[in-house]
Amino acid sequence: MSPVSTANSRVIYDALKASGIRLMSALPETWLVHLIRMAEDDPGMILVRLAKEEEGVGVSAGAHLAGMRSAMLMQNHGFLAAINGIVSGAQLYRIPLLMLISHRGEFGERDPWQTEGGGVTEELLRALRIPFLLLDDPQKVERRIAKAQTLAYSANKPVALLLCRDLMWED
Amino acid sequence: MLRLDALKAVYPHLETRVVVTIMGAVAAELQSLGHRENFFYLQHAMGLASSMGLGIALAQPDRQVVVFDGDGSVLMNLGGLTTLARYRPRNLVHVVFDNESLLSVGGFPTATSTGSDLAAIAAAAGVPRTAMVRTLDEFTRGFRDALEANDLTTIVAKVDAVGPSRYVTDLSLLENRFQFQRYLTRGGNR
Repeated sequence: MSPVSTANSRVIYDALKASGIRLMSALPETWLVHLIRMAEDDPGMILVRLAKEEEGVGVSAGAHLAGMRSAMLMQNHGFLAAINGIVSGAQLYRIPLLMLISHRGEFGERDPWQTEGGGVTEELLRALRIPFLLLDDPQKVERRIAKAQTLAYSANKPVALLLCRDLMWED
Repeated sequence: MLRLDALKAVYPHLETRVVVTIMGAVAAELQSLGHRENFFYLQHAMGLASSMGLGIALAQPDRQVVVFDGDGSVLMNLGGLTTLARYRPRNLVHVVFDNESLLSVGGFPTATSTGSDLAAIAAAAGVPRTAMVRTLDEFTRGFRDALEANDLTTIVAKVDAVGPSRYVTDLSLLENRFQFQRYLTRGGNR
C-alpha cells in the first residue's frame, strides 16, 4: 500500500469539485496519484495529462476564457518548469489560475533528489507575488480551497495551495 | 507565400470560429485585416497558443477553434503536440506558419531551416491529419478541408520571412482578453 493518504486525497478532490472545478491538468507525481485517479474515474471531470506543466497554464487559460473552472495539479518542480507561462500568460492576461502544488523537499523528505525544490518554492511564490496557503490539515482543506478560488476570481490572478507532507503522506 | 496573403485568403472563414494566434507578425497581420471579438492574440507565453486552443476546444466542444501558430513557438512546446494528439479535439484546426526563423527578434534561423519537419513531427506525435503546404492555393484548400474534416488537423504553411514594420497595435492586451472571454461565454454566433 502506498503511504499516500487516500482519505485526504478524497477530501481535496471533493473540495475541488465543490468549488466548481470541471477540468484538471496534471503531471503525475507520487503524492498526486490518488487525486489523478479520482479525476480519471470521474465522468464529470476533464483530465488533461500533460507532457510538461507549462502547457497546463495555456489549457487552464483557454478553459477559463471559455467559462470553465479548472485547476493545475503538479509537483513544485513542475511549478518551476511552468513559471514563464505563469508570468507571461496567466499574470499578463489576468487569468484566475488555481494551482495545487505538492510541496516536496520539506522536513521529512527522504528522497535526496527532491531536496532542492522545497527550499525555493515559497520564496519563488512570494517573488512572483502569487498568494498562497499551505494545505496541511484535512479540517481546513475545503475552506482554504474555496477561499483560494474566491481570491483568484476576484483578483483575476494565479493563486497557489501547497500540498504538505502532513496532509498527503501517512508515515 | 506571404503569411498576410494566407491570412487574407482564409479570413472570411474566421467570422464564426474562435481564433487564437501567437505574438508578433501573426497577431499584427491578422489585426491589420480587421480585428474581431472572437480573435485572441497571445502576445507572450511562447508555445502556449496551441495549449490555449486545446483548453477552449475541450471546454466548448460545439465551437470550432483555429490556432495560428509559428515554427519558433511550436519548437518551444513540442510536447504540446503530443497532448493535442492525445485528446484529439475534433473541433481544432492548428495552422503553423513556418518562416524558418524568429522573425520578430532579429530573424535568426530556427531548426526548421536545417531540416526539422513540423508536419512530420505532428504526424509522429499522433495528430491524425497533417499537411505541409507551400502555395497559397494549397493552403486555402487545405484550410477549407480541415474545417470540414471535423478532426484535429495541423497544417504547416511555409511562408516568407517578412512581416509588418511594427508589432504593437492600438488593441490593449487586457481589452482583447476580456472582450474575447465575453464573446466565448455569452454563447453568441455559434
